[in-house]
Amino acid sequence: MSDVNFAMITSLLFILFAGLAIGCALAVVAQRHPLYSAISLIGVFISLSCLYLMLSAPFIAAVQVIVYAGAIMVLVVFVIMLLNVEAEERRRPRLGYLVPVAVLFAAVLMGEVAFVLKSVPVPAGQPPGPADVGLTASIGVGLFTKYLLPFEITSILLLMALVGAMTLARRTPILSAAGRLVTGSKLPAPAAAVEAETQLAAEERK
Amino acid sequence: MDWNNPLIHTVVVLVGITIAFLAIMLLVAFTVLAERRVLGFIQGRLGPNRVGYFGILQPFADFIKTMMKEDLVPDQATRFVFWMAPTVAVITAIMAIIVYPFGPVVWLPFIGNFPLVIAHFDVALLYVLGVTSVGVYGIALAGWASNNKYSLMGGLRSSAQLISYELALGMALIGVIIMSGTLDIYTIVEQQSGAYGMNWNIFYQPIGFIVYLISAIAETNRVPFDLPEAETELVAGFHTEYSSIKFLLFFNAEYINMITVSMLASSLFLGGWNGPGVSLFPWLGVFYFAGKILFFIFLYIWLRGTLPRFRFDQLMNFGWKFLMPMALINIFLTATVQAFGADLLKLIGSWFG
Repeated sequence: MSDVNFAMITSLLFILFAGLAIGCALAVVAQRHPLYSAISLIGVFISLSCLYLMLSAPFIAAVQVIVYAGAIMVLVVFVIMLLNVEAEERRRPRLGYLVPVAVLFAAVLMGEVAFVLKSVPVPAGQPPGPADVGLTASIGVGLFTKYLLPFEITSILLLMALVGAMTLARRTPILSAAGRLVTGSKLPAPAAAVEAETQLAAEERK
Repeated sequence: MDWNNPLIHTVVVLVGITIAFLAIMLLVAFTVLAERRVLGFIQGRLGPNRVGYFGILQPFADFIKTMMKEDLVPDQATRFVFWMAPTVAVITAIMAIIVYPFGPVVWLPFIGNFPLVIAHFDVALLYVLGVTSVGVYGIALAGWASNNKYSLMGGLRSSAQLISYELALGMALIGVIIMSGTLDIYTIVEQQSGAYGMNWNIFYQPIGFIVYLISAIAETNRVPFDLPEAETELVAGFHTEYSSIKFLLFFNAEYINMITVSMLASSLFLGGWNGPGVSLFPWLGVFYFAGKILFFIFLYIWLRGTLPRFRFDQLMNFGWKFLMPMALINIFLTATVQAFGADLLKLIGSWFG
């Protein structure tokens, strides 16, 4: 009796979270204001996190919220807020005749996916994996023993991204006279005048 | 009591949530009153003491007054986000209280032996950090949705401060995790029992405790880190345009954050419900836990009354250039001692014969 209840509640929860994820994903694409799209994307990530929880992967669920919803989307929201992006106005699509073609192809794609899913035999008697594969301890052990090389390479990748972003975003070029001085010190007089003039011109142009 | 029966489990959890929610709301109300009284005493005056004996009914009077105010929405503000921001702030603030153990295993009349914790799962600490990360949105979106440049600046500054100090906060907790070997707060508190209080993590992780405390004060936007909501700088920062109940929600969210962060500090560093006599009378644990939380709240109010606030660039410098390296040094030291501690002790012992 409690097994049937459990299966029913599991299906119900799955339908709830999956529906929420699909709804928010549709909202990401369909909203006109980019900030609403970003908020819907946060909704998608939180629904996915709940789905991971239902699959007995609590660490991945928590890390999904911390990294995706809590850090990456914060930066996306910052960018949208700072750039003051406006809502799009509703207008007719330019190549309007392509819309029915797109719907037709989407239907064909869905049909293919349904066919493939139905025709692949579900293996019946497979033993489930170890019960604690989603726990933090097992992920930690795997990450530092078997998957150490990908882990370290990913860290170097992130470091490269960081250094690249800092290099691209510098205002003073790296090898100029102003760039070699310590921040906050006084520039020598002719260089200071040139620097002040270029800054002023840049401000006026903005 | 069959814990595997989901219905009974759900009912017990719901009752626990209700009790904890009511307790936190009452505690917030009295924290507001305590803040005004204690600040008054620090500043050489009495706080509000007219409304009841010692001003006890003051927070309820404040609540009624705020409810009666007009609920303004600025003209060009984005209405949905304007409404949603304080809601997100309060929800994420209060979601964190379910993982803290209020007491050891007690005997309840109909239920039997029961650990006084609402949710006992093994990524509890990550859950708290995740909920804190999502709480940044309340402030960022509030600042933007008000359509007011002071609010936007206040919101952005506050969000930048929050995400910077979140790093130091998380890293300060890694030392505790290394020592305890688990992310589960109930287990971490249990491991601090015994040894007459010398087993509390504050004695093993002094640097971690200090870094955590400072980051926590920055996370809750309290003095000395409260430039984003300082009255003389940015009008009122991100909640300038909020009035009535929405403002009260932000106000509550800040105090609930304060209480949550105090609960985390008490649980992880000061031993949670541990104290003299808890093994004989388990219900004493609740009082010890409450006492530790009240101590931290008093510390917050004390700091507010005595310290001036940081300038924003000093604040960011402090977070990135001092606290984060300190937390990293703490992790390095803790990991070294934990991995080689036994060998080091043997080596030192062999020097002394």
